[in-house]
Amino acid sequence: MESAYQFLVAPFVEFEFMQRALAGAILLALGSCPIGVFLMLRRMSLTGDAMAHAILPGAAVGFLLFGLELVPMTIGGLVAGVVVALGAGAVSRLTVQKEDASMAAFYLISLALGVLIVSMRGSSVDLLHVLFGTVLALNDDALFLIGGISVVTLVSLAIFWRALVAECLDPLFLRSVSSLGPPVHFLFLGLVVLNLVGGFQALGTLLAVGLMMLPAAAARFWTTRLEPLCLLAIAIGIASCVAGLLISYHASLPSGPAIILSAGIVYLLSMIIGPRGLIPTRLRPAAHRTA
Amino acid sequence: MSDAAITFDNLTLGYNSHPAVHHLSGTVTRGALTAVVGANGSGKSTLMKGIAGILKPMAGAVQVNNKARMAYLPQGTELDRSFPARVIDLVSMGLWPRRGLLGRYSRSDWQKVEAAIAAVGLVGFEARSLDTLSGGQLQRALFARVVLQDAELILLDEPFNAVDQRTIADLLALMQHWHREHRTVLVVVHDHDLVRQHLPEALLLARRPIAWGQSAVVLNSENLAKARHFDEAWDENAPWCAPGEHAHDHVHDAPHAHVHHDHGHHEHGHHDLHKGAA
Repeated sequence: MESAYQFLVAPFVEFEFMQRALAGAILLALGSCPIGVFLMLRRMSLTGDAMAHAILPGAAVGFLLFGLELVPMTIGGLVAGVVVALGAGAVSRLTVQKEDASMAAFYLISLALGVLIVSMRGSSVDLLHVLFGTVLALNDDALFLIGGISVVTLVSLAIFWRALVAECLDPLFLRSVSSLGPPVHFLFLGLVVLNLVGGFQALGTLLAVGLMMLPAAAARFWTTRLEPLCLLAIAIGIASCVAGLLISYHASLPSGPAIILSAGIVYLLSMIIGPRGLIPTRLRPAAHRTA
Repeated sequence: MSDAAITFDNLTLGYNSHPAVHHLSGTVTRGALTAVVGANGSGKSTLMKGIAGILKPMAGAVQVNNKARMAYLPQGTELDRSFPARVIDLVSMGLWPRRGLLGRYSRSDWQKVEAAIAAVGLVGFEARSLDTLSGGQLQRALFARVVLQDAELILLDEPFNAVDQRTIADLLALMQHWHREHRTVLVVVHDHDLVRQHLPEALLLARRPIAWGQSAVVLNSENLAKARHFDEAWDENAPWCAPGEHAHDHVHDAPHAHVHHDHGHHEHGHHDLHKGAA
């Protein structure tokens, strides 16, 4: 018992930076994970990845002008993310090009631009910071930002839930009964950007998308209903954060990758043993029922 | 209160400057049960999209009497069957016109959902997930959603595709029930015999309107021959359609259709062909 306490609880009791990291990670999972579920269901899993790259040049401009400061880098990231989301969305709606192609084009341009801008001022250490985050160095401002983003995300999801579901399940139906389709699509992309920007404070641009997508993908192996899917994704996200922080603390490993790898392990296990995973679907009895 | 559920005024719909429905005028009377027939590429689905407001007209106009009370069931639907939803989730989407984004579903709403599911013969399927349904079962569920929408105007785009005889009979009975309730129904169908036997009126399209009226008359051999001879391919060098350039084509047997083929004229009744339904 004693050693379990020492291993699991003590780090969070004794060190304030661990408490802050835990709070930040949990707040982030609350918003990011359900967003990830909707991204996955819309077959936009890779869009999250693309958007994570897209916010880089904005954050980099903030960094270039003000150094490693939360507010300018956040605003820069938001602006870049929204520009890319709107741009890709507009290209796919106004031209024959599909959204995946336009998204890829925009994010590649963005990523190159971002790396270029960071390299104009910073060292490779700074670049690593922007890319891989600092969950162990969250200050009050960052925590408030992440908390605010979670609240905005959860409230928006609650209000627009019915429209979001309809837009995923049967977009033409939504268009025939309501004009909410396009605004809800852009609201959703906005929430993706917002959560990635929140995530990049804690985990960095590259790993923020991991906390968004891995819990969602893992949860899909366990349930066929939407609401449990979102709740399970959040639970997996929070558990991964706790596990990742502990591993990072005890083994002196970088915290961001430890969190994402924890989520990765949950994903792999779910894929193998989840009710919709490999083993249960392969091991069904060969006999069949009469009806 | 006008007697027209839909009014087409020299309506042209299409894509990339090419017309798919060319100069359609006329009215669909309230309570009519009309089949929309024609070959592949003749503009049937395009017309449905135009009426539903999903495709904007290239020229002319389409007026729907009460847009808020319209139900549109697209062809094959863009429905994502892998989405984690049950039959009851899909059907209850039909409550949207009544409850919108935020309205709570009341006990009586859920009773209506149950009744709609029963009306299409899917009792017992409520909790089945969509990816386990057959094509016919899914079509029944979509019809249940239409039932729930309680629409005045119902647009059905090829609802009988890949659906077995028994399901067709059931869905057809439902349509006739809607007809008796004086709802206006437009349905895209390929089976001419089915149209002759069960659907009182028909609109025959071949990119342009060929005939409109009593289905037995519309689907006569002369009209069908005419409908077969249209060019399915677009002509990239086709001249621009300008007022006053076209020869007059006569449309037969159109009780409430006036089909303009002199593209400049907008006055109603100018070339109307009021033979009247028997």
